[in-house]
Amino acid sequence: MKNSFTTIGKTLTAAIAVLAFGAGAADAQQRTRITVYTAIENEQLPVFKEAFEKVAPDVEIAWVRDSTGTIAARFLAEKDNPRADAIWGLSVTSLILFEQQGLLADYKPKGYDKLKPLFKDQTAPFTWHGIDAYAASICVNTAVAKAQNLPIPKTWADLVNPAYKGKIVMPNPASSGTGYLTVAAWQQIMGDAAAWQYMDKLHENVGVYLHSGSAPCVQAARGEYAIGISFDMRAASEKTKGAPVEIVVPTEGVGWDMEASAIVKTTKNMAAAQKLMDYSSSAEANRDLYSKYYNVVADPDAKGTAPNYPAETEARMLKIDLAAMANNRDKTLAEWSKRYDGKSAPK
Amino acid sequence: MGIRLDRDAIGQRAALLVAAGFLLVSLALPLATLFGKSFRDRDGQFVGLANFVRYFGTPSLVASLWSTVWVSLLATCIVVPLAFVYAYAIRRTTMPGRGVFRALGLVPILAPSLLPAIALIYLFGNQGFARFMLMGESIYGPIGIVIAQVYYCFPHAFLILSTALAIADRRHYEAAEVLGAGRVRVFLTVTLPGVKYGIVSAFFVVFTMIATDFGIPKVIGGRFNVLATDVYKQVIGQQNFEMGAVVGMVLLLPAMIAFAADRWVARRQVALLSARAVPFEPQKRKLRDLVLFAFCALVATCILVVLGVAAWASLIQYWPYNLSLSLRNYAFQNADASGWSSYFNTLAMAACAATIGCSVVAFGAWLVDKTRGAEFLRGVVHLLAMIPLAVPGLVLGLSYIFFFNAPGNPLGFIYGTLAILVLNTIAHFYTVAHLTSLQALKQLDPEFESVSSSLKISVWRTAWQVTLPVSSQALLDVWFYMFVNAMTTVSAVIFLYGPYTKLASVAIVNMDEAGFTAAAAAMGCTIVATSAAAKVLHSLLAAWLDRRTQAWRAR
Amino acid sequence: MSEQPYLVVERVAKHFGKFQAVRDATFTVKRGEFVCLLGPSGCGKTTLLRMIAGLETMSGGRIVQDGRDISNLPPSGRDFGIVFQSYALFPNLTVFDNVAYGLRGRGKSGAEIAARVDELLTLVGLPGEAKKFPAQISGGQQQRVALARALAISPGLLLLDEPLSALDARVRVYLRQEIRALQHRLGVTTIMVTHDQEEALTMADRIAVMNSGRIEQYGTPAHVYAAPETPFVADFVGTTNFLKAKMLAPGRIVSGGVEIAVATPEGTNPGMDLRVCVRPEDVMVRGIGDTTPNRVDVTVEELVFMGAFSRARLVGPGGMSISADFSANLLRDHSLAAGARIKVALPAERLRVFPG
Repeated sequence: MKNSFTTIGKTLTAAIAVLAFGAGAADAQQRTRITVYTAIENEQLPVFKEAFEKVAPDVEIAWVRDSTGTIAARFLAEKDNPRADAIWGLSVTSLILFEQQGLLADYKPKGYDKLKPLFKDQTAPFTWHGIDAYAASICVNTAVAKAQNLPIPKTWADLVNPAYKGKIVMPNPASSGTGYLTVAAWQQIMGDAAAWQYMDKLHENVGVYLHSGSAPCVQAARGEYAIGISFDMRAASEKTKGAPVEIVVPTEGVGWDMEASAIVKTTKNMAAAQKLMDYSSSAEANRDLYSKYYNVVADPDAKGTAPNYPAETEARMLKIDLAAMANNRDKTLAEWSKRYDGKSAPK
Repeated sequence: MGIRLDRDAIGQRAALLVAAGFLLVSLALPLATLFGKSFRDRDGQFVGLANFVRYFGTPSLVASLWSTVWVSLLATCIVVPLAFVYAYAIRRTTMPGRGVFRALGLVPILAPSLLPAIALIYLFGNQGFARFMLMGESIYGPIGIVIAQVYYCFPHAFLILSTALAIADRRHYEAAEVLGAGRVRVFLTVTLPGVKYGIVSAFFVVFTMIATDFGIPKVIGGRFNVLATDVYKQVIGQQNFEMGAVVGMVLLLPAMIAFAADRWVARRQVALLSARAVPFEPQKRKLRDLVLFAFCALVATCILVVLGVAAWASLIQYWPYNLSLSLRNYAFQNADASGWSSYFNTLAMAACAATIGCSVVAFGAWLVDKTRGAEFLRGVVHLLAMIPLAVPGLVLGLSYIFFFNAPGNPLGFIYGTLAILVLNTIAHFYTVAHLTSLQALKQLDPEFESVSSSLKISVWRTAWQVTLPVSSQALLDVWFYMFVNAMTTVSAVIFLYGPYTKLASVAIVNMDEAGFTAAAAAMGCTIVATSAAAKVLHSLLAAWLDRRTQAWRAR
Repeated sequence: MSEQPYLVVERVAKHFGKFQAVRDATFTVKRGEFVCLLGPSGCGKTTLLRMIAGLETMSGGRIVQDGRDISNLPPSGRDFGIVFQSYALFPNLTVFDNVAYGLRGRGKSGAEIAARVDELLTLVGLPGEAKKFPAQISGGQQQRVALARALAISPGLLLLDEPLSALDARVRVYLRQEIRALQHRLGVTTIMVTHDQEEALTMADRIAVMNSGRIEQYGTPAHVYAAPETPFVADFVGTTNFLKAKMLAPGRIVSGGVEIAVATPEGTNPGMDLRVCVRPEDVMVRGIGDTTPNRVDVTVEELVFMGAFSRARLVGPGGMSISADFSANLLRDHSLAAGARIKVALPAERLRVFPG
C-alpha cells in the first residue's frame, strides 16, 4: 500500500512543478510579446499573426480569441487591471463602450488618414479604427426552400409572410450583438412603432431565437431551419463549405457592425501596440488580410476578394449612429424581452 | 466546560483552517466580489437592492424561474430513478456484464456537453434521421433540454448511487430474510434506508446541476428561457455583470436548499460498515437479473447510440448535404488556430486538477467528518464545499476575473496561467467530489479515531494507515471524476484561459459556433477517447487495489 | 493508599441543547474493581462512559482518575483502553497489526512488539490467528482481538461499551466468564456499559443502575438485587411483583383487602398510595400456619414450566395478581396444579415499599 501512495506523492510534486514553471515557460527571446484580444475568425489568427510579425519582427502576438460577447465581457471584467495590450478585430460597438469607460488609448495610426470615413473614430479621443464591416443578412437554405416550396425573400418585409411560420431563426438581441444590430436597423428603417409591429408579426414566424449571431446561419445552412437571420461573413463561409445557401441582402438596408482595432490605455508595451495599429490600418493589411476574408474593408483601394459574398452589401449598409444605438440598447432589450421572452414556450 | 486540545486536535483544527482558507480563496471571496456587484450599478455606485427590484419586475423572470424549476425537476425525477436501478443492478445482482455496464454508465461524463447536443440534433433535429420519434414535437425546447440533461447527468447520479450501494452489511439482509420479510419489504426497509443519503445527494446534485447549466439550453433550448441562459444573456450578450450577479444569486437558492436537506439527512445517517460488518454478496435470482440486464442493456444502448452518432458526426464532411466520411476534421488547425495544442493544455490541466483536487477534497472531507469538536469550523468547510454545485460555471469564471485580476491581489500572478484554470476547475467540481469522499468516510466505523486516541496513536497515522487504504477505491473515483470533468469543463474557464492555455473544450465551442460542427465533434470524440483511456487506467488500478485488499474484504 | 478510590466521578452532567443526557452522576471505582453501568437504551450510560474516556465533553462535574483530575484532558491525555460495541477493528490490518497498533512508534523493537502481541493473543485465547484479517474471524474472536488491542498498552482503566451485545447467546455467556477471569487476572480497573442485567449481575463487583440520565442506585449485585432503592431498579434488575397498596399506619398497609405488616419507609403517611415489591422467588408456600404473618389466600391460575422451577400466576382477593417461582420439589410435595387454592405468605423482610 505504501508504495502506491508514494507514487501519488511523486505525481503531485511533478504536477506542482508543471504549474510553477509551465506558467512562465514562454520562449526566452528578446521579442516584445503583446497580448491581443480579438474576435476574428479562428482560421485567420495564424495568418494575421504571421503577416504582422514579418513586418515587426521584434514583436510577438499572443492571441486571446473568443466570440465577440465573451471577449467583450472578459475585457470589461478585467478593466481594473487590463491584461490586453491591444485589440485587433473586435466589434466597434464594444470598442465604443470601452472608449466611454476610458479604457482605450488615444492614437491615430499611420494609415488613419487614408481610411474610409466610416472606418475611423472621428471625434477625440481617437481610439479606434475599423478594419472590415459585416452586415446583417438573410441566409436561405435553397434545398429546404425548394422542398417546402418556399419563396426566396428579398426584403425584411418578406419575412412576415405566413408561409415562413416557424421556419425562421434569428439571434436573440439580448444574447447577441448581431441580434441587436438587426433590431436597431429595423427601428431605423421603419421607425420605432412600426418596427415593433413588424417584430410582432415576425415573432409568429420565428421558430427559435438563438444565443449567438453565427448560429442562425449555421442552422439554416444545415437545413435545421429554412431561413436564418445572421451576418454575411458567416453566410459566405458556410456557402464556401458547401452549404446550399443563398445570401440575401434585404433591399431596405441592413444593420452592420465593424471589426476594429485599438490600443488598451494601460499597456506597458505602447511602442509595440502602436506598431500593431500602424500595421492594422495599413494598405498592406487591408490588401493582404482583410480583403481576403471580408468584402467590405476599411481601405478604399482594397477590393474584397472573399468568395461567395454578395456584392451589394456595402451599398445597402445603413447610416448608423453607433453611439445612439448603444444608448438605446437597454430600453430596446427591455421592451423586446417583455414582448417575446415571456411567451417563449415553443409551439 | 471544554476538553483541552491535544496535538491531534490542534493539528486538525489548523488543517481545517487551511481547508477553509482554500475554499475561501478559491470560492467564497471571488463569489463575494462578484455578488458585491449585484448591489451596484454599471458605474460602480452602490444602489442597494435596485437591481433586484428591477430584475424581479421583469415579466420574463417568472417564466424563466418556473421553466428552470420544472425542467430541472422533471429531468431529475427521470434521471435519479434511472440511475438508481442501473446502479442497483450493477451493485446488488449477479447479472452478467456488470463491469461493462458500469463503464458504459459513466460514458456520458466523458463527453463535453456539446457532443450529446450535436448528436441529438443529428438524431432528432429538423433534419435528423430519427425525428419521427418525437411525433411532431421539436427537439429545440424543453424536450431537447430534458433528454440532453438526462443523458448528461446520468453518470453523476449513477456515481453517487453506485457508491452508496457499494457497501452493505449482509447481516441486515439476513436478519430481514429471517424475519420473513418479502423482497419488496427488504428493499423498502433495508436497501432504501441504507442508501437514503446517497439518493438525497444524487437528487440535489442533479437538480442543481441542471438548474445551473447553460450549455445545453443554449444550444438546444430554442426559445425556452431558463435562469442560466438569463445569466448568459446578461453577461455575454450585454456585458451587464451587475444583473448577471443578480441572477447568479437567485441561482444559489437551490444549493442553499440542498445544503439544508443534506444536513438534515446526514444527521439521520448511521454508519453502515462497522468493522464486524459482513460484506453483502448478491444472490443469484434469475428473473430479477434478467429484467435488470435488459434494463441496463437498453440504457447502455441509448448511451452508445448518442456517442456513436457523435463519432459519426466527427467524420462527416458537411451535414446533412455531404455525408461522405473523412478524417480531415481531426486536423484541428483547419478549424481552430490552436490546433492540437489546446488538447494538450487540457490534458495537463486535467491531470493537475484531478491529482491536486482529489488530494485536497479528500483531505477536506476527512477533516469535516473526523475532527472531534470544532463544529463551527467543520460546518463552515462543509457549507463552502456545497456552494460550487449551485454556482453556474459562468458566474464562477467571471468572479475569478474580478477577484484574481483585482490590482493588488497577491495571487494575481496565477492569472492567465494554467494554475488558475486548475484552481478554478477544482473549485467548480468540489461539491460532488466532496460528497463522494464524505459518503465513503461515513461508511467507516466512526470509532476508529477514538480507538487510536485511546491507544495514544495520532489520528494522522490512523488516517494514513487505515482510513486512506480503506477508502482508496473512493479516492480513485474522485480522481477520475475530477479528471473527466476537467477535460470537458467550458463555462467557468472560458474567461480564464490565457494566450497559451486555451483548452480543448473552449475550442469545441468556438468551432461549433464558427460552423465547424464536424471538427467540434471530432475534438469532442478525442476528449471522450482520452477520458475513456483514463477510465481504463482507472479500472486497472481499481482492479489492482481490489486484489490487494481482497483478503480483508473477504469474509 | 488502597482506601483511595481509583476513579471518582463527581456530579458529572451532560446536556445536548435542552436534553439532559446525564445528570449529576456520582460514583467511585476502587482499583481493580469491575463496575457495570446498567440501564435501558437511552439512559445515558454510553454518554457517561464516553465522558470518562474524554470522547464527549462534560457539561458539568469532574472526573478524577488515580488522583489526577482528568475532566479537561483529551482522550490521548488519559489512561484507558476501550472496546466499542462495533469493536472498530481496522479492517485492512491483520489481527497482529490491530493488536500491535498501539505498541508501534513507542521505541519498542519489532521483536518486543511481536512478543507482546503473542502474549496478548494467548491471553485472550487466540494464538495462531495473528495473520488473519478481522473479516476472516468470528464475531467472538473479533471481540477478543478488540480486547487484546485495548489491553496492549496496559491501560489503568478498561472501558467496555456493550462489548457482548452483538454476539449470540452461548458465546456471550462464555465470554462473560472469560472477560471476568481476564480482568481478575490482570487486575485492571474496568467499567462496562450494558443493558443486560444478567450480564451486569454476573460480571460486576458493583453496578450503577441508570435511568433517564440518573444513577438510581450504586451497589453490589447482591445488594442491588435484594434491596432495590427505587421502583425502577426493582423492576429493571430481576423480576418483581408490584402490588398496589394503601398505608394504614406506620408498619401496616393494606393491599387487595389483605392487611400486610411491613416496614414502611420514611416520608410515608397513613392514607398514602403505595407500591409493594416482592420478588417471585420470595413468595412463601411452605410451613404456613395460622400465625404466619401476611398470609394471602390465592388461586393458582397458571403454571409455566421453566426447567428448574415453574412460574405460577396467583390471583388473590381483590384481583391481586402475584407471580411466584415454585421449585420442582415444592410442586411435587404439594402436588400443585393450575386451579389449586393455596395459602401463601409475603415475608415482611423481603418486601420493599415505595410511595405509589
